[in-house]
Amino acid sequence: MNQLTRFFAVIFITIPFLSIAQQDDIFGMLDSISKPETEYATATFKSSRIVTGQSVEQMKEGQLEFRIEHRFGTLNSGFYNFYGLDGGTIFLSTEYGVTDWMMIGLGRASLEKDFNGFIKLNIYRQSKGKRNFPFTITYYGATTVSSLKDDPAVKNYFSNRLGYVNQFLIARKITNSLSLQLSPIHIHRNLVPTAFDQNDLFACGVGGRYKLSKRIAITGEYYYVFRSKLNSTTFYNPLSVGIDIETGGHVFSFMLTNSIGMLENQYIAENTGRWTKGDIHLGFNISRSFTLYGKK
Amino acid sequence: MKKIIIASLLLLTISSVSFGQAKFLSRAGHIWFYSKTPVETIEAHNYQVASFLDVTKGTIAFEVLNKSFKFERALMEEHFNENYMESEKFPKATFKGQITNLKDINFSKDGVYNAIIEGDLTIHGVTKHITQKGTIEVTKGKIVAKSKFGIKPEDYKIEIPALVKDKIANPLDVTVDITYSPMK
Repeated sequence: MNQLTRFFAVIFITIPFLSIAQQDDIFGMLDSISKPETEYATATFKSSRIVTGQSVEQMKEGQLEFRIEHRFGTLNSGFYNFYGLDGGTIFLSTEYGVTDWMMIGLGRASLEKDFNGFIKLNIYRQSKGKRNFPFTITYYGATTVSSLKDDPAVKNYFSNRLGYVNQFLIARKITNSLSLQLSPIHIHRNLVPTAFDQNDLFACGVGGRYKLSKRIAITGEYYYVFRSKLNSTTFYNPLSVGIDIETGGHVFSFMLTNSIGMLENQYIAENTGRWTKGDIHLGFNISRSFTLYGKK
Repeated sequence: MKKIIIASLLLLTISSVSFGQAKFLSRAGHIWFYSKTPVETIEAHNYQVASFLDVTKGTIAFEVLNKSFKFERALMEEHFNENYMESEKFPKATFKGQITNLKDINFSKDGVYNAIIEGDLTIHGVTKHITQKGTIEVTKGKIVAKSKFGIKPEDYKIEIPALVKDKIANPLDVTVDITYSPMK
């Protein structure tokens, strides 16, 4: 056997092993079969409200949430009123996820004895991967009915009690901790106090949350209201800061805000509190979610 | 000279043929975990597990996307990804290992074989070397690998707050059930 023969023999024997070695790394092959999936942003906010205003979050299919929201009186009301803790308004609400993209709810506010029915429809979800979209966009629509006793001085029509809200919630979870939301809103009130007040009111909200830890987040929210110059009363834009604490199925939110109302026709349209004068309300939201049925 | 060339060619053909059938693949493996305490039962299934098995070398690899675990309660799924697994930071769990008793398993003969698997399991960015028992079932060219074992969250630096500690079993039961088909 000459040297050339040996050389070829070695080459021929090694080639198959070389080629095997190249495609042998099954660990490296894992990446090649992971299909490009769409990854949706989840938990942009901890709760369905940023502070008082709606967030893009909603109950998933089969989930029911019960909410208790409370705003105490103003801090500047003095020791006699225990700095506002003696009084306050309450809002109770039951909200239910019909599908993952549709939530309906029914609520009752002690202020103006308003009932409120609403729907939240998720239009787009922030996603990356196969399908890329930068924002979560949700529509919020509500009807409020005031159940105050008739005013004997005027003619009362049922339609006077009604108000409507249309809102788009556009949010982005920028990092795992930081989420921001833009919330343009249209509020229509069938009856306003005087002819100076607008029946149709437009406003735009900005809000956000920043997670301090996995279960604690700080939140903030401001609505700029586009008003005509003349109004029966001087109204102020609502500004709220809060803290969200999550424990299992509960979310506790505590906040400081200049608005006592918790419905859009109240805290956006008819807010008279001023931060600079100390009209600051301490408040909290408590929510508990239940699973009526799960998805299999 | 000719004999050697023929022999090498033969070797080349044989090796490519046998190695061509050596790799098995699954894209729809099933991994699920179960935790039962007097307070709460937690169960989540993932039917999108990717896995490779090389029967000649006995190597085995898994890739599990955290967000593909489906829970009955939407809030649990959210908390699983947000608070426990931190899926944004650590999107997947992986396993890279070896069947250590390869000689006891005859992949060309139908039957159920006990297997011992050793390797590195990475969850939540933490890698642990583990050894687990399982079974390998060979039927008509398909291979089904099964295993059941416990995982302690603290081993993978998954923090369970004191408030929910009695709601989550420790260790959690993890069941693996993968059906492989030959790779083409």
